[in-house]
Amino acid sequence: MAWYDFFTTVPEMERQGLRDLKKTIDGSFRDFSREFGESLENFFDPVLFFLVWLEKLLLATPWPIIILIVAGLAWLGSRSIWIVVGSILSFLAIAYLGMWEDTMSTLAIISVATTLCLVIGIPLGILMARSDRLQAMITPVLDIMQTIPAFVYLIPVVMLLGIGKVPGLISVCIYAIPPIVRLTNLGIRLVEKEALEAADAFGANYFQRLFGVQIPLALPNIFAGINQTIMMALSMVVIASMIGVAGLGVPVLRSISNQYLALGLMNGLAIVALAIIFDRVTQSYGARLQKHRHGENHG
Amino acid sequence: MADMKIQIKNLYKIFGQRPKSVLKHVQDGMSKTELLEKHGHVLGLKDINIDIPAKGVSVIMGLSGSGKSTLIRHINRLIEPTAGEMIVDGEDVLAMGKNKLRDFRRHKASMVFQKFGLHVHRTVAENAAYGLVVQGVKLEEAKKQSQKWVERVGLAGFEDHYPAQLSGGMQQRVGLARALATDAEILLMDEAFSALDPLIRTDMQDVLLGLQDELHKTIVFITHDLDEALRIGDSIAILRDGAVIQQGDPQDIIMHPADDYIVDFIQDINRGRVIRLRTLMDKGTSVEGPSLDQSLNLEEALQVVSNAPGKAANVIDGSGATIGSINLEQVIAGLSRPDVVTNPEARYR
Ligand SMILES: Nc1ncnc2c1ncn2[C@@H]1O[C@H](COP(=O)(O)OP(=O)(O)O)[C@@H](O)[C@H]1O
Ligand SMILES: [Mg+2]
Repeated sequence: MAWYDFFTTVPEMERQGLRDLKKTIDGSFRDFSREFGESLENFFDPVLFFLVWLEKLLLATPWPIIILIVAGLAWLGSRSIWIVVGSILSFLAIAYLGMWEDTMSTLAIISVATTLCLVIGIPLGILMARSDRLQAMITPVLDIMQTIPAFVYLIPVVMLLGIGKVPGLISVCIYAIPPIVRLTNLGIRLVEKEALEAADAFGANYFQRLFGVQIPLALPNIFAGINQTIMMALSMVVIASMIGVAGLGVPVLRSISNQYLALGLMNGLAIVALAIIFDRVTQSYGARLQKHRHGENHG
Repeated sequence: MADMKIQIKNLYKIFGQRPKSVLKHVQDGMSKTELLEKHGHVLGLKDINIDIPAKGVSVIMGLSGSGKSTLIRHINRLIEPTAGEMIVDGEDVLAMGKNKLRDFRRHKASMVFQKFGLHVHRTVAENAAYGLVVQGVKLEEAKKQSQKWVERVGLAGFEDHYPAQLSGGMQQRVGLARALATDAEILLMDEAFSALDPLIRTDMQDVLLGLQDELHKTIVFITHDLDEALRIGDSIAILRDGAVIQQGDPQDIIMHPADDYIVDFIQDINRGRVIRLRTLMDKGTSVEGPSLDQSLNLEEALQVVSNAPGKAANVIDGSGATIGSINLEQVIAGLSRPDVVTNPEARYR
């Protein structure tokens, strides 16, 4: 043994111990999922039901009506004729190139995942803005959720719930929820002290402060959060298809294993098109929300 | 006293981690700097005793950081004191429960802020109606009720504008309309006009004085500007480092400043415009000569007095009765700066 061995050999746990450690963790988690997997599944049943219903509805609706609805929503959100025309052309191309059904499935899961994220994330952000301690607790969790590779948390989710729509939905949500929580919290914390003090001075109660001042003034930030949450949900579509989520990710995965360049490219571009439409529409809606902040000054 | 609307008694405020634990030091006379160095606490207010009469404009004045904002926020308890009492209409505000305090803020005392404190997502009409909406009045009804105040402060036609579209002066008119709309008897104004240009500030003072002639509210008005204080104040209290160093009739403060801090404060004022005859006259005397109203200032009186044969004039009250007399020497003496009367040794740092 040379004196420099200390520097050249990494201190390592002995093989057997390490194997036992991993086995113990796996075993206890497996026990846990055997115990609770089913009740968790039942808990998510309503969400699953809604997801399936929405997917069926989208698929059963005649395509011209879908395109009309998309164009209408794009107009309501953005008030820009270019965004409306772009949306219509994208959806026509998607239909023409045979990706209609997958796109509807993707739209369904994105809608449900985003709704779920907002329903959980916005109240969580509001609570976080109220308490510095809660913020200190939740922020690192959000950091971990955003930095841990998505494949890693697929493992426990699959162990718990198997392969299917619900575990896919949960994975998408874990990945996509941090921005809405963060930006709701931030937006509320950034509300001008003076505006809140005025509310207090006139005797506003908790709900009058929250819904009359804090949320309206935080809305631009909350909207940025919604936008990012949608974007992240969309970018999770390919990975989620590995564990049984239908949609545009499935053909992409197939293209990787079979080296179908064109198929992969088309579906990839369809995802990009959806992303751009969502992004432009929500962003210009968010910008319209804060128009009153920069009125032209009358001197 | 019965006609005192607001009574502030032995009020202390210390900012920091454990204010109660250092209160004793402050009560024993520890200074603001010493408290900060030795105990890491900031002295906000120290043994404040002020009686504010109903239906008048009481001004609280002091340099930046002297504790003015802290003091006025104790009246509606936006800030909790470390010790002391705050009696409004005979009732201790500090003893109020949550709901009672909320009612107090909704109905009894409204506030105007230095930086306006408007809600940028509400229109002028919605901002003006805000206090009523918080009381539970439906928005449309609240707008109808507050419309009169929007017009009264000169904002007719701007109801649907957003604050960002208005100039500072117009924004503060919105702030004023909002405060008036709840019909609160007490109006708390924290440097309400300080952020405005001088000309607009004078405009707003006129608006306020005009309103006060009609409404007779109890107004607590904070300012760091002596001219403003003298223009609108029925009484003035002067704060330094969180303590009141002189309070009373504005004329009295100008003629008999308590220390050099106040002398510094008053040295730049235009004495000819500010000091009134009633302040300088010899009470109960009369002379051969012209008659002048007691509320004339020295500048207005100077010409008449110096042209009078006896270089003197009688001072009369509103009914025309002579209440005293004044001569040219007194007028000239009044125009020159006084020395510190009470404590000439105490030089202000
Ligand atoms: N929340 C606070 N924490 C610590 N110190 C404060 C706080 N608020 C005010 N102060 C201090 O109290 C003093 C008085 O402040 P303030 O009432 O705002 O003065 P003014 O309104 O006269 O300019 C200042 O020294 C200020 O630094
Ligand atoms: Mg202040």
